[in-house]
Amino acid sequence: MTATTVPAGPAPPPAPERGGGRGLRTRLRKEAALAYVLLLPALVLFGAFSFYPFLRNFKLMLYETPPVPGLPSRYVGLHQIIPTITSTQFTQSLVTTIIFVILVVPISLLLGLALAVAAHRKLKGMAVYRVIFSSTVVSSVAVASVVFGTLLNPVVGLLPWLGINPTPPALENTTWALPSVALITIWQFLGLSFIIMSAGLQSVPDELLEAARIDGAGSWTRFWRMTVPLLSPTIFFAVVVSTIYAFQAFGAVDILIGNQNAVRLHTNVLIYNILNTLQIESNPGAAAIMATVLFLIILGLTLLQLRFLERRVSYAR
Amino acid sequence: MPADTARAVAPPADVAAASPRMHRPRRRLRTIGSYTLLTAAAVVVIFPIYITVVNSLLRPDQLVQQPPPLFPRTPQWHDYTAAWTTGQMSKYVATSAIMTAIIVVGQLVTSILAAYAFAFLRFPFKRTLFLVCLVTLMIPFEVTFITNLDTVTSLHWFNTYAGLSIPFLATGFGIFLLRQAFLQIPRDLQEAAQLDGYGHLRFMTRVAVPLARPSLAALAVFSFLGAWNQYLWPLVSTGGTTPLYTVQIGLKELLGTEVSQIPVSLAGAVIAFVPLVILLIIFQKQLVRSLTAGAVK
Repeated sequence: MTATTVPAGPAPPPAPERGGGRGLRTRLRKEAALAYVLLLPALVLFGAFSFYPFLRNFKLMLYETPPVPGLPSRYVGLHQIIPTITSTQFTQSLVTTIIFVILVVPISLLLGLALAVAAHRKLKGMAVYRVIFSSTVVSSVAVASVVFGTLLNPVVGLLPWLGINPTPPALENTTWALPSVALITIWQFLGLSFIIMSAGLQSVPDELLEAARIDGAGSWTRFWRMTVPLLSPTIFFAVVVSTIYAFQAFGAVDILIGNQNAVRLHTNVLIYNILNTLQIESNPGAAAIMATVLFLIILGLTLLQLRFLERRVSYAR
Repeated sequence: MPADTARAVAPPADVAAASPRMHRPRRRLRTIGSYTLLTAAAVVVIFPIYITVVNSLLRPDQLVQQPPPLFPRTPQWHDYTAAWTTGQMSKYVATSAIMTAIIVVGQLVTSILAAYAFAFLRFPFKRTLFLVCLVTLMIPFEVTFITNLDTVTSLHWFNTYAGLSIPFLATGFGIFLLRQAFLQIPRDLQEAAQLDGYGHLRFMTRVAVPLARPSLAALAVFSFLGAWNQYLWPLVSTGGTTPLYTVQIGLKELLGTEVSQIPVSLAGAVIAFVPLVILLIIFQKQLVRSLTAGAVK
């Protein structure tokens, strides 16, 4: 009560501190109260939409949904976990996702790096090229899917004219469906990859490369012996980020292939499998188990990145 | 180290001075080579979008022509009208715009408040609570959406703007980014403001927030992009007889299998993409900043 005048008016602020512990304590208590009020919205939202669902996910894993709709779910403890993660549908989905990640990550990163190196020279009009190379970062998965759905169309696209026309069409073909979805994702990731690599290149000292050039190192040597090693922290970051993104990608499968064909065409990526387990099979328990596997994969990748970043900090003096 | 190397390698000044003139033709050749390479790469990267715009302006019978037309000689704009009206893109765009606006503003507000507390105030459990905010970044949405769907449904928020946006109103990334920005503000400034009789709220709105504008812009662009383009949540949290679809889900609805439907869905894709291209061109710097926030210290 007595402290209400403290923040108002230009009264000498050090006075309360000097005046003894009580004024200071009141001020600190008021500061803490303000802090908690400011934190409240974020913490409530995190609690309701991140931590609560995260914890409830573990509870869901313990309950089995009976095959007959309408019946309440039954507590089965840990007994549901092993059958779910050893089911062919899940293991196939995991394999599909890993193949997808292996197709997407290296190619999109190499292309992004190549574009970044090409756009690193100071030339007139480079700003335009940079906008074009980054442009795919703003493309949503739905836009990319509509765009490539037409490009890969057996009647309309370029494929029939170029004579590359597999039967059945690429997106209905057991061999080509997954590479097609990967191609869409690679294109979509290219912008992000370019942006990250460009930012990394800017931190590589130009004098160093210039010195190597004067020393007689060719551009190929300079690239592999200098740029790539100097860029390794950036490349590592890009690998982790795009691997996490690739594990979470599923939109193109949903839009262009659909749940009726996803399994048959070997495109049933992890998230899509989780989604269909939840919505079509109405089996939240199994969906929660698969989501936990995904969480563990992403956690592993994130921890790897954090450890690496720590090491990097200690290297830099 | 780098400076030493450079000095040791290029000592004779006359050679260094002579080299530009000697290599001028070679350098010009290299520049031409660079432009050729860059242009070729740009054409490949932009081609899918270009051909989408072209195809959206074609008649169905031109669409199946061989070789496919690379330029619309008689552009047909009616597919844009069709996508906008009967394709309901106008509704989807409005829904996306409202949802995105709520999310961007909400994220800015919650992040400013929380980041201010972490940067300027002393309170118990400060470190722990900051870690709590950061840990949210490690919980993938693919794990939480299962329960969030139940939560939103039980609150009667299914298929509403509340359901679409409220789960995203706070972000650990935003708090982290703005805390960094606030910590850059000199302590002296805060003390001076205190002497001037500024309370915390006045200091926050008059000094801290204006000084953190570049980071706020980066966060705004980042959350705009994320909100406008998100797919999983609008897909599962909307539906029913009058579905509140966003642009992304609308595009899925618009995608037909018939050839006559193709230009309409392509027009829809262009409509969904244009706002983001404008965003990219205007806010390229901020976007790059936010996307590389974790990569470069």
